[in-house]
Amino acid sequence: MSLITLQGIGKSFKVAKRSAGFREAVKALFAREHTIVEALRDISFTVREGEIVGYIGPNGAGKSTTIKIMSGVLVPDTGTCSIMGYTPWKDRVRYVRHIGVVFGQRSQLWWDVPVIDSFELLRDIYAIPPNVYRSNLEMLTDMLDLADILRTPVRQLSLGQRMRCEIAASLLHDPAILFLDEPTIGLDAESKIAVRSFIKTINRERGVTVILTTHDMHDIEALAGRILMIGKGTPLYDGSLSDLRSRYGSRKTITVEYRGVADPVDVPGALCLSRSDNRAVYTFDSDRTDIAGLINRLSAGGELADVEIGSPPVDELILQLYKEHQV
Amino acid sequence: MNLLKMRFLTGLQYRAAAAAGVLTQLFFGLIFIMVYIAFYKHAGAAQPMSLEEVVSYVWLQQIFLAFIMLWLSDFELFDMITSGNIAYELCRPWRLYPVWYVKLLATRLSSGLLRCLPIAAIVLFLPEPYRLSLPASPAAFLLFVAALLAGLLLVVAISLFVYISVFWTMSPVGSMLMITVAGEFFAGMILPVPLMPGWMQQIVNLLPFRWTVDFPFRVYTGHIGAQEAVIGIVAQLVWLAALVAAGQWLMGRALRRVVVQGG
Repeated sequence: MSLITLQGIGKSFKVAKRSAGFREAVKALFAREHTIVEALRDISFTVREGEIVGYIGPNGAGKSTTIKIMSGVLVPDTGTCSIMGYTPWKDRVRYVRHIGVVFGQRSQLWWDVPVIDSFELLRDIYAIPPNVYRSNLEMLTDMLDLADILRTPVRQLSLGQRMRCEIAASLLHDPAILFLDEPTIGLDAESKIAVRSFIKTINRERGVTVILTTHDMHDIEALAGRILMIGKGTPLYDGSLSDLRSRYGSRKTITVEYRGVADPVDVPGALCLSRSDNRAVYTFDSDRTDIAGLINRLSAGGELADVEIGSPPVDELILQLYKEHQV
Repeated sequence: MNLLKMRFLTGLQYRAAAAAGVLTQLFFGLIFIMVYIAFYKHAGAAQPMSLEEVVSYVWLQQIFLAFIMLWLSDFELFDMITSGNIAYELCRPWRLYPVWYVKLLATRLSSGLLRCLPIAAIVLFLPEPYRLSLPASPAAFLLFVAALLAGLLLVVAISLFVYISVFWTMSPVGSMLMITVAGEFFAGMILPVPLMPGWMQQIVNLLPFRWTVDFPFRVYTGHIGAQEAVIGIVAQLVWLAALVAAGQWLMGRALRRVVVQGG
């Protein structure tokens, strides 16, 4: 029995456009040009209870839009969505009691007052029973290490502290599903690890289903059993990380360094990932490419200083996927 | 309910602002009255309102400014719409219209209550002809309180249209200017309605605005009798119901096409 079902969701936005300059601005007063941007096109997937799903894609792919549709904020143009038996945008008020949402780039805490005041206001908004509130607050304070910062006004918190409070705030009312839109954006290594291990714990111990978007592939590696990838509004990949790895397992990267300024060349069979004056990174399929021949060809670009061959990190697997789908 | 309390307490914190407000309003009240005194001295013929009534009218305007001013607005709400933070408002188990209504009401109540008593205390003891006269009768006073509160509810319902319009326009400036300039004129903020020419009074009577300012204050001075006042309060409530219904409908439309700004 799936908890979340999306079927053929589509959403487009109308964007007013004009070129730079005074004349164009005056022209835009009278006739505005609009372009329709298709943010989402035919998105369908299901999520089972207790899963952690990593929702990834390049900037502007439609990740946040999907999250907003699933949390009842936006209304899609087409398609159906059923989450715990509710249609988010139709039964919004009843539905949102069961979900927690964190938008990493925004704040739900009241800026000028201590964190605890925001929590108490949320308690009143969600009408959380006092004993539930107390035990949840205790647990969250403990797990996220909030004891010292609960009485600090939000504007004086560091980003890492604030994000821990934001996550706590979204869990006070015992939601069954947690939507995290870039929860680790801008955090330092320590806070990232704290946030990740917390997400894992509440998923395991409380059975909270988690859907998170991120650009940090370490988040995905640490958390998500399943990856959903979209690009330009359409779904590209749905499966586990290990499947992704084995699919591209024969791919290797080769990093060549040249002595002095050189002109790295294009080599058939190898895909250039990055290049600078004296350094270039390529990926290639080790089953199909002759490594010695490859190095030979690369040396044509200049005098080789160093050559390193390795398996690509997740970041590059993803980049590979993006390139393959040309997004 | 709790939101109302929190808003109210935050509003009460701005004591310095309130004190400054009291002074400004006394100043404006005096200027207006001086103008009217000069005007009445030279106007010879009998006017539809006595000078005493006009003076009371002006002072009541100043005392309850926060209850009746359309331009008093909450920039937090505008910001929320234009910056996209409305996303969080929409993830809460509440309906936006009532919540915003209560927020705006609480802002006006806290700011109004803090100012009305000091100003009233001063202007009740000013020398003639600047003094605020007492209400026409105890009954008139009670009716005035009812009419003023109904008027306050109406003002909040009208001002919500400005907020809703921002979903389309993305900037409050235009709709604010339109609604406040027209609204305040037709409400009798600038000129008491009985002093307007007849044809203009007919327009005014077709609009909801006069029920927020002109009506309650003239009930106070006894310019509108008790029986007429009761009928008027019923009319206020009818307008209120109509405006709230329209506001909720528009808000529903706005939310269906909401675009969360800034990704």
